Amino acid sequence: MSHSNRSAAIAFEPQNDARSVLAASGASPVIELRGLSVRLGKREVLRDVTCSFSGRTIGLLGPNGAGKSTLINTLLGFWPASAGSARIFGSDIRSEAKKIRALIGYMPENDAFISNMTAVSFIRLMAELSGLPSEMALERAHEALFYVGLGEARYRKLGAYSLGMKQLAKLAQAIAHGPKLLILDEPTNGLDPPARQRMIRLVREMRDSREMHIVLCSHLLRDVEETCEEVVILKQGRVVHYANLEDERRLNRRFLELEVQGDANLFAEAAESLGCECAPGALNRLKLVLAESVEIADIYRIAAEQNVQLRRLNFRRDTLEDIFLKAMENRDGRL
Amino acid sequence: MAVYKRAYRGYAGALTPAWSRFLVLYRFARSSQSRSKIQTVFFVLCFFFPLLCLLGIYANYHLSAFAFLGRRAGPFLNIDGSFFLVYLSVQSGLSFILTAFVGPGLVSPDLANGALTLYLCRPLSRTEYVLGKISVLVITLSWITWVPGLVLFFVQASLSGWQWMTDNIWLANAILWGSFIWILLLAMLALALSAWIKWRIAAGALLLATFFVGAGFAQAVNAVLRTKQGYLLDISRLVSIIWQDLLRQGGDQPLPVTEAWIAVLVLAGLCLLLLMRKVKAAEVIR
Repeated sequence: MSHSNRSAAIAFEPQNDARSVLAASGASPVIELRGLSVRLGKREVLRDVTCSFSGRTIGLLGPNGAGKSTLINTLLGFWPASAGSARIFGSDIRSEAKKIRALIGYMPENDAFISNMTAVSFIRLMAELSGLPSEMALERAHEALFYVGLGEARYRKLGAYSLGMKQLAKLAQAIAHGPKLLILDEPTNGLDPPARQRMIRLVREMRDSREMHIVLCSHLLRDVEETCEEVVILKQGRVVHYANLEDERRLNRRFLELEVQGDANLFAEAAESLGCECAPGALNRLKLVLAESVEIADIYRIAAEQNVQLRRLNFRRDTLEDIFLKAMENRDGRL
Repeated sequence: MAVYKRAYRGYAGALTPAWSRFLVLYRFARSSQSRSKIQTVFFVLCFFFPLLCLLGIYANYHLSAFAFLGRRAGPFLNIDGSFFLVYLSVQSGLSFILTAFVGPGLVSPDLANGALTLYLCRPLSRTEYVLGKISVLVITLSWITWVPGLVLFFVQASLSGWQWMTDNIWLANAILWGSFIWILLLAMLALALSAWIKWRIAAGALLLATFFVGAGFAQAVNAVLRTKQGYLLDISRLVSIIWQDLLRQGGDQPLPVTEAWIAVLVLAGLCLLLLMRKVKAAEVIR
């Protein structure tokens, strides 16, 4: 996906920033939170969350107890907001809950099935409850089960499914009615590596179909990194970081770590003459920020010209893990 | 999401009306129950007594058909409040047993593995969920209580004439309301127990215990405290008082009818409260 047509937008307080970013992107937000607070008992689980995003896949990250599931449950209308407001596709979650739920597919983190029902009956039931006519619900139930890879097991009772199959069945019920927003809460929980790969592939396929927006809530950074375009990091009930992974990757592509054999200073001077920023390190190591016009081929060329061997060349990758850890280091829990 | 393409596609077709979604729950629950042979057989057996009553009413007006027996007698059945009180008592007993079969399996499977979250994340409110589940019992029990009751009434009316019907229309009203209060009470109790006790056998047993233990406890309270207020704990007695009043069967009642109505409605409200406490999409973990 090119950067130019991306509609991702996020902003934190002050709210004016959010409006301006959205206005600049020209996109209507998928989810818009304004000063959202949620109190469960005496504990304030979400505190004054203000953000707005309209990307196609949004990763919701955070340590245990950060408020990820609370945010999802609040968006679904399970728990009331104690302050602030939230909108999904422009509809208020309090006054238009049913309208919103008709547009959402939800795959919960925990077990959610009726053990003595066959998968196809269960998913048909769920699709009918979402408003599909009976015959269409049956057709879509079959299709959804085939799509997630449970086609051959669709007449088996859900109670007899393995953990991985149950996860896939949960995904099937979430997509059977063709939602516009799919919320996946820890979709790879308890899956073995092949099953996890399959789940990630399905999420990617659905993302690439451009039929829906996806919110993926996970504590597994790799899952989010592999599927999401945007990441929101929650900590202690607040949004502490937003990262546009596409932008991060773009930036990372301009940042190199080099180890050379020969005159490192000469090489650095040549690189600087091309407009690159260069920071020499110990043992003939260099860090290089490439100028816009400079490509990797240019680096090889100047190395050859300066009679310098490139022994190592790495893109410095600011991984999601780095981003996450930086966000977690922020002690006061705010940006 | 076409099967042959194995690719995801959205849905942009027609949707069913929002008000009708709770009936989906009824349909699925009903089809699940119809798979139980015992329940099906018992449900059919529940029509035996109404059929017997129907034959009795018919025979009452066609005594000439029995002339071959050499007997000449007047009508042997008096179709009045006492007749329908017997009818309601028999059918209520059967409906109680049927509820013990059907009721415990309505909510507990949804709660056992967290499926309630999936119901309520859809355009279906908690009230609609309860309405959908309660409709299973209301419709099923209606088939064996007031529906055949009214059939008997109208058969009797057709045989006796218009005058009998206009004079006794209150009987139809009594059958309807008497059955309805019983069905409501049973349905509420069954759903509340089903929500709180996940093991359906235990929930069924507790439903039976609520009536029998309640009756025993009521007698104990009456004996110890030398009062009749203990009957407020005896559900079947409360309903019986209401029926006798509705069917104009006087006699010495242990409690005023108003108290019986209030007690029944309080009990139904309490069951609803217990049910709604359990019917939640997500539990708060403290």
